Amino acid sequence: MKADNEMKLEFLSKSQNESFARSVVAAFVAQLDPTIEELAEIKTAVSEAVTNAIIHGYSCEMGNVIIISRLIGNTVEIEVKDFGVGIADIELARQPLYTSKPELERSGMGFTVMETFMDKVDIESYIGEGTTIRMTKKITTVK
Amino acid sequence: MSMDFDYIDRMLIVRINGDIDHHSCEGIRAKIDKEIAKRSPRAILFDMEQVGFMDSSGIGVLIGRYKLISGGGGKAGMINVKPQIKRLCEICGLQKIIKIYPSKKQAISSIKE
Ligand SMILES: Nc1ncnc2c1ncn2[C@@H]1O[C@H](COP(=O)(O)OP(=O)(O)O)[C@@H](O)[C@H]1O
Ligand SMILES: [Mg+2]
Repeated sequence: MKADNEMKLEFLSKSQNESFARSVVAAFVAQLDPTIEELAEIKTAVSEAVTNAIIHGYSCEMGNVIIISRLIGNTVEIEVKDFGVGIADIELARQPLYTSKPELERSGMGFTVMETFMDKVDIESYIGEGTTIRMTKKITTVK
Repeated sequence: MSMDFDYIDRMLIVRINGDIDHHSCEGIRAKIDKEIAKRSPRAILFDMEQVGFMDSSGIGVLIGRYKLISGGGGKAGMINVKPQIKRLCEICGLQKIIKIYPSKKQAISSIKE
């Protein structure tokens, strides 16, 4: 379906950019007039995906993270893409509490949070090529 | 990231000012751990009044600090938690380990027991 609006953001995989990235997406989505709660959910989901790209995708080395967001009717679509190591076992990665980096005090709840806060979360990943997280959420229209 | 520390008996009250994400985590962890090493508190109370955003990286940090003091039987709690962050805590099952209290007074009396 054709998007009513679209934006693309590309930035270095520095942890300083985590708050920048979620704020930009929130500002873009604000056009759909979401509730404060919906906006907080979207920010949290974006923060999870971007953090994963930085610490897991690139293992804290430098690379580029790309966010593409589209507004289609009252649905927001968000893609978070990295060109890092990729995910070997996607089913395992989605399990609550699973983390490959317990030494970093990760909670292993990132994907569970994304799945709870968004309507749909798709993971596309290839070893050595990178990972794309595609999330959608319908914004309620209270008029 | 600015933080304030306060004590009531041997309970450490940590007031965090700002977002808790992967970026801010390291500083938060280092400062709290330094305080724990210095004073060996028996309990920790996180005051979240000035925390407008937290994601699952924050959950990891809070659980990590709890683990540090729970070895000696220490307890942990949270107060002034914003609704969005409360939902995150529920999703992550944090409340089984670090309970959210409706007031400082109630937190103090339950945690100190
Ligand atoms: N972009 C990514 N690139 C490579 N691996 C990833 C990526 N995102 C997630 N993973 C893998 O999925 C696991 C689970 O992710 P998540 O639920 O966010 O938990 P956490 O970040 O706490 O480890 C990670 O530990 C990691 O092994
Ligand atoms: Mg994660």
